[in-house]
Amino acid sequence: MKSILKIMTLLFSASVLLSSCGNNGKSSGNNSALNSSNAEKVYVAPGEYDEFYAFMSGGYSGNLTVYGLPSGRMFKEIPVFSQFPTTGYGYSEETKPMLNTSFGMVPWDDSHHPDISQTNGVLDGRWVFINGNNTPRIARISLKTFETEEIIEVPNSAGNHSSSFITENTEYVVAGTRFSVPVPQADLPINEYKGKFKGALSFISVDKETGRMGIKFQILMPGFNYDLSHPGRDKSHGWFFFTTYNTEEANSLLEVNASQNDKDFIAAINWKKIEEYVNNGGGTKMPTNYAHNVYDEHTHTATSTMVKEVLTVNPLDIPGAVYFLPTPKSPHGCDVTPSGEYIIGNGKLSADLTVHSFAKMLDAIENKKFDGDAYGIPILKYEDILAGVVKSGGLGPLHTEFDDKGNAYTTFFISSEVVKWKIGTWEVIDRKPTYYSVGHLMIPGGNSRKPFGKYVVAMNKITKDRYLPTGPELEHSAQLYDISGEKMELIYDFPTHGEPHYAAGIPADLIKGNSQKIYRLDENKHPYAITSPDQAKVTRNGKEVHISMAMIRSHFTPDNIEGVKVGDKVYFHITNHEQDFDVPHGFAMIGANNSELLIMPGQTKTLTWEPKQVGVWPFYCTDFCSALHQEMQGYVRVSPANSDIELSWSLDGE
Amino acid sequence: MRKIILSVFVLSLAVLVSCGDKTKKDSTEAPKEEVVKEEVVEVDPMQNKGVGPITSVTLAAEVDQELAKKGAEVYKQMCSACHKAEKKFVGPAPKGILERRTPEWVMNMILNPEVMVKEDPIAKALLAEYLSPMSNQNLTEEQARAVLEYFRTL
Repeated sequence: MKSILKIMTLLFSASVLLSSCGNNGKSSGNNSALNSSNAEKVYVAPGEYDEFYAFMSGGYSGNLTVYGLPSGRMFKEIPVFSQFPTTGYGYSEETKPMLNTSFGMVPWDDSHHPDISQTNGVLDGRWVFINGNNTPRIARISLKTFETEEIIEVPNSAGNHSSSFITENTEYVVAGTRFSVPVPQADLPINEYKGKFKGALSFISVDKETGRMGIKFQILMPGFNYDLSHPGRDKSHGWFFFTTYNTEEANSLLEVNASQNDKDFIAAINWKKIEEYVNNGGGTKMPTNYAHNVYDEHTHTATSTMVKEVLTVNPLDIPGAVYFLPTPKSPHGCDVTPSGEYIIGNGKLSADLTVHSFAKMLDAIENKKFDGDAYGIPILKYEDILAGVVKSGGLGPLHTEFDDKGNAYTTFFISSEVVKWKIGTWEVIDRKPTYYSVGHLMIPGGNSRKPFGKYVVAMNKITKDRYLPTGPELEHSAQLYDISGEKMELIYDFPTHGEPHYAAGIPADLIKGNSQKIYRLDENKHPYAITSPDQAKVTRNGKEVHISMAMIRSHFTPDNIEGVKVGDKVYFHITNHEQDFDVPHGFAMIGANNSELLIMPGQTKTLTWEPKQVGVWPFYCTDFCSALHQEMQGYVRVSPANSDIELSWSLDGE
Repeated sequence: MRKIILSVFVLSLAVLVSCGDKTKKDSTEAPKEEVVKEEVVEVDPMQNKGVGPITSVTLAAEVDQELAKKGAEVYKQMCSACHKAEKKFVGPAPKGILERRTPEWVMNMILNPEVMVKEDPIAKALLAEYLSPMSNQNLTEEQARAVLEYFRTL
């Protein structure tokens, strides 16, 4: 008894000591008991694993970051649409084709909405997809290698924003255009926008086994702005819903001119019907030009293919395939409840949320209760399809996600808050502030039939005073809320990289066991790979010099190379011969005008180098690989262009 | 027979434990006496089987040439970056290894190098001499056995 008391006293004084130490910032220490219980909720002890992965889009970084929840620790930045000198992605000869487009190489993009593959409406953890908004592209990232495996360009699109959302068996990843454009592109006066521009909604099929993407069809819709989208699920599986704004079809000062109509539309697309139509030979093949880039895990090399044709569909040719659901105030987020019954329009200029009923929508269609049409597409009557309105009292609703207990969570940008409300009764249950100006929010699985409603992450646009100041530019803030109880609790706050527009979360158990540890050397099919050091060689083809090199702790084979001349283009093809987990080697060449390489065990990568000066130039390993890492280096002798020194190479004089 | 003699320092854990446990103990308690003991361990390399999954290997009187050929291929891909058959390189030469080591030790060194250089007295002494720790190339037991057979042909 006495000893228990003693321990209690000690623990208490220790916690007082700890919280008083930690609280010398701006917040006061009067709620330390609450803080310490929140601290326990997000504390992942050294060596322990997080419960969830969170894949956060990088926004203007063009990439995808991997975080753990609840700790908020960042594990990796996966290069997707942007060159990444850290690993050589987009710089190495093997990965340059990944960034090829119909505009040539575009070494950057604005990545927005990751979505994880599903089977039967449940996360299956095979791939994560993400859209490039600027030069329209969709990428597929493997959740085995955590590398970008495929990028497909989307023609006839511009501002690829209502993307990349997937249907519940990953039949399609869907990409809609935010900016309508002439289709096909044409030299037109801009003020002839109205009626002449089109909005393309692209349905990109995904191969069940390989994940390989291909554009199945594009629906050419009226020239509105297609802002966000969501698949129907469960009962509404087979439909897809897109919010629109600028149904005014303004082409200038949209800030004012696209906000004139009291209601815009949610476009409801019966994609199963259109799929059937094109499978029966429907649609029009249109000449076009777009890049399809695929990375092969065995050759460690990407190839880019230009595709010259796309199948387009005029919605008027398929009666019953497309309807418009009037939705107030320029709706932004378009979200569907896990049951598939309710479609939520987050009218960003409104205080209220509009909830449409899928059952009522079908009923109105059945009974042909239309309220006119837009460019021939039937408009349903607002009152006929409305399930309810969430009177939140907040301002600027943007996005809604769901838990597994029948609740919805909506972000309000202008009033900086997350509002929890009840599906069906539409009553507000709770509201909590965010810091500040929240955009998207994410609940792991919140985009599927089966959400894991333990945490919600709010991704904010403005950081201001949340962290130590770092000059004018700040990383965006994210807040983590515990949503396991009736009321939400703000339990953690962490910075995120780039601008995460959206994120996709998944229980760690669904993917961590599949994560690849090495690439097998005996499966390496790279044309310049060498699988044993005695294959190391240097060959000349005119002014091109190809060096096939091996690396292992802690030397290069060969590490002395002579016979290279000024004006040559040198290709270092380097194979990492390690076969153990987490032993990458780096490669850096003095004066290289591109990047370094970071080469995983069993992998081959190629860096080019164009020596401009006579001399003996060193290269070295950049990744501290062993106690003898500092010794992992070599030299290339560069002779004058007219030199007759023959190529030679060696390691330790052999 | 050559013996490898090495020194092992045994440090009393009591000292370490008392450091970490201060908050839970009365400060009046006197610290325990620090005990440092030097022990001399002698290892017979022809008896030492090393540390790892391999506890017993039976070598046939005749070399299995087919197996040795497979082993040579594995050795070339996975080992030759650091080992030359007859010459000290990044690591020691395998020629004549079975005159110096048990077959079990050889296979454990291939299959379990991280633990061997920490726990096996001979592997520890080799690391001190060669400095570059042996990489785990993730060979299967069958591959390691084939490499062992190849070593018999050297």
